[in-house]
Amino acid sequence: MAIPVIYNVRSVKARWTSAVVAVLGIAGTVGIFVAMLSLAHGFKATLVSSGTADNALVLRAGSGSEMNGAVTLDQVKVLEDAPGVARGANGPLITPEVVVIAPFPLRSTGTDANVQVRGVSAKALEVRQKLKIVQGRFFQPGLTELVVGRNATRSYSGLSLGESVKLGGGMWRVVGIFDSGGSAFDSEVWCDARVLNQIYHRPDNIFQSVTVHLTSADALKQFKDSVTTDPRLTVDVSREVDYYDKQSKVLTTLIVVLGSIVAFIMGIGAIFGALNTMYSAVAERAREIGTMRALGFGAGSVVVSFVIEALLISFLGGLLGCLAVLPLNGLTTGTMNWQTFSHLAFAFRVTPPLLITGIIFALLMGILGGIFPAIRAARRPVAEALRSL
Amino acid sequence: MKYGRLLFANLFRKKTRLVLTIGSFTIALFLFGFLAIVKEAFTGGVDIAGADRLVVINRTSIIQPLPLSYRDRIMRMKGVKMITFANWFGGVYQDEKNFFPSFAIDIHNQRQVFPEISISDAEWQKFAGDRQGAIVGAATAKKFGWKVGDRVPLIGQIFAGTWDFNIDGIYHGTRAQDDETQFWFQWDYLNERIPEHSSYKGQVGWYTVRVEHPDDSVNIAKAIDAEFANSPYETHTDTEKAFAAGWVKQFGNIQFLIMVIGVVVFFTLLLVTGNTMAIAVRERTSELAVLKAVGYSDRFVLLLVMTESLVIAAIGGGLGVALAKLWTLAGDPTHGMLPLFYLPSRMIGIGFGVALAFGVASGLIPAITAMRLRVVDALRRV
Repeated sequence: MAIPVIYNVRSVKARWTSAVVAVLGIAGTVGIFVAMLSLAHGFKATLVSSGTADNALVLRAGSGSEMNGAVTLDQVKVLEDAPGVARGANGPLITPEVVVIAPFPLRSTGTDANVQVRGVSAKALEVRQKLKIVQGRFFQPGLTELVVGRNATRSYSGLSLGESVKLGGGMWRVVGIFDSGGSAFDSEVWCDARVLNQIYHRPDNIFQSVTVHLTSADALKQFKDSVTTDPRLTVDVSREVDYYDKQSKVLTTLIVVLGSIVAFIMGIGAIFGALNTMYSAVAERAREIGTMRALGFGAGSVVVSFVIEALLISFLGGLLGCLAVLPLNGLTTGTMNWQTFSHLAFAFRVTPPLLITGIIFALLMGILGGIFPAIRAARRPVAEALRSL
Repeated sequence: MKYGRLLFANLFRKKTRLVLTIGSFTIALFLFGFLAIVKEAFTGGVDIAGADRLVVINRTSIIQPLPLSYRDRIMRMKGVKMITFANWFGGVYQDEKNFFPSFAIDIHNQRQVFPEISISDAEWQKFAGDRQGAIVGAATAKKFGWKVGDRVPLIGQIFAGTWDFNIDGIYHGTRAQDDETQFWFQWDYLNERIPEHSSYKGQVGWYTVRVEHPDDSVNIAKAIDAEFANSPYETHTDTEKAFAAGWVKQFGNIQFLIMVIGVVVFFTLLLVTGNTMAIAVRERTSELAVLKAVGYSDRFVLLLVMTESLVIAAIGGGLGVALAKLWTLAGDPTHGMLPLFYLPSRMIGIGFGVALAFGVASGLIPAITAMRLRVVDALRRV
């Protein structure tokens, strides 16, 4: 026969001080756990949303990252005629790009951070359709004009609309602000690729990467087969989404590994706390337990009842921890992207699956913290328990 | 020590609880040690940066090169003792996840500028005479099981292709915080294989300058930048410390993040242990009352309870930091993702101190309650 749950609710209420402590212990653990996961998740989401399924990124074979690529103008021409490339009013939708980094002072600390400066072709907006100009206009090809990402204009001084900045030995004017919906491009500064090559004393017709808009997401295979077998090209082709997913791996893994270690250690601490609370609860209630056993509740029901009580406490803790980190959602922070050596702004993302993971983690701690005291409670001989005190 | 046995008996009254409470302290301090390790991994480079060293990079950005001709021009400047240069190579071993910092270095002056590096002269001579030679840090050598004499291919991520190297020597740092993960090879080997049209041909990534007197470093930095102002390759010179600090800042608020986690953790665990100690005292109310009834003073009872919690904190805290230290000796669990895995002794001291402070704080409330106890009430309570 089962002991009614209301008994547990009332017991928790009766011993609220120690229950509150156990709840807070679990809440702290779950809070840290979910916060770290949402940090990793936010970073990954920012990079991954930079890619779209129907875009392909072409790099020099073996270069791994855009920073290290080299694609010549001749090769770009070959790519333009490859099958699967979408066409717009001005010909094939393809943008050969150059990436450099430049130091700009962060508004928050006044110290320099590396901003990724991307030289693109005039067709970049047609290739990356998620990206919209929200203020001002796009740059004029051939002029030293910049368009700045939404996060970059907010994070760095000197990158507001209408301002002039010195970059690589030239003076540039900020003529527009763009929004790419929270992707990594929002931390970038864009300009004309050819002008950037000139100002940085780079060879005129060498680019670092080429982004291609495909006729459809399925056209990738056709495009890839065609360009990787072409003897004039030595390039790697990847779906844009996959490329950015790979880029986010190092930091995401680091945060998840470190976060899990912290949460694991804290979890043990919280379990110790729960164990202590439950053991004292069992000790204080020896007579109650004895009475219940004498009334005919079996040992199994006592175990279940105490585990339910521990679960109740840990669920409250988990819930509180999750509620505490909810305000973090959308909070923007920044870090160095190790793959590009540049600063990247991203936001915490507290998503329902993460919250559910947090609650499950809490319940797990509850079970581990409740099961041993529960077994001890059930094992005590009835007569002795009734006689105690 | 007269009351040692009483203290001992009180401590062991409930063994499970004693183990759990000490365990909570151990875990809190272990976590403290872990956070200190992470913080050290990100900021350690700043602490050990040489005060007498300057880093000269291209003003435009760190990824733009500088001409090799600058070496002699900087060397001639007043107050400059020695100069060396390096290029970031960015190679990986077999797979992208086997990453470690690899540099093409200047074999002539590297050791004069970085005297903290320890390597035998015989190994260095062999390396200097071997175009495909390489010197590797002890940590990286251990990670991949490389020995002197091995032939190791690296895949170039910036400079394409497969590059073969002979491991001619293994270097060690002379201080515990020194980075032992780097891989060095001859700059000449790199330069030979860079194609003619590349903008990196004959160029170096950055210079490291050693100055005669650390006090002059700011002026020398200014002089170097002035020397190359208005040239196609303008420079930006900073002390090694400022340079390292600049990198750390770009990682964002690591310090802040770690502090927030630390505070949450300590608050949580303090609450848990404090509560346990309070329960332990409450259970013994009648005993403490008996002590007072037979004539022990209020202060004695206060001290007895406080000592008990201090002993628990000291044992638990000591165990925690010791475990954290042992862990760093066992090796890095992130497999080289953190550049350093080291717990400085300063942090061990701070951690232990914090544990004792929490021991006092969590024992205080139950101890004061015990002290204020009115004997009559307490004896009647049961």
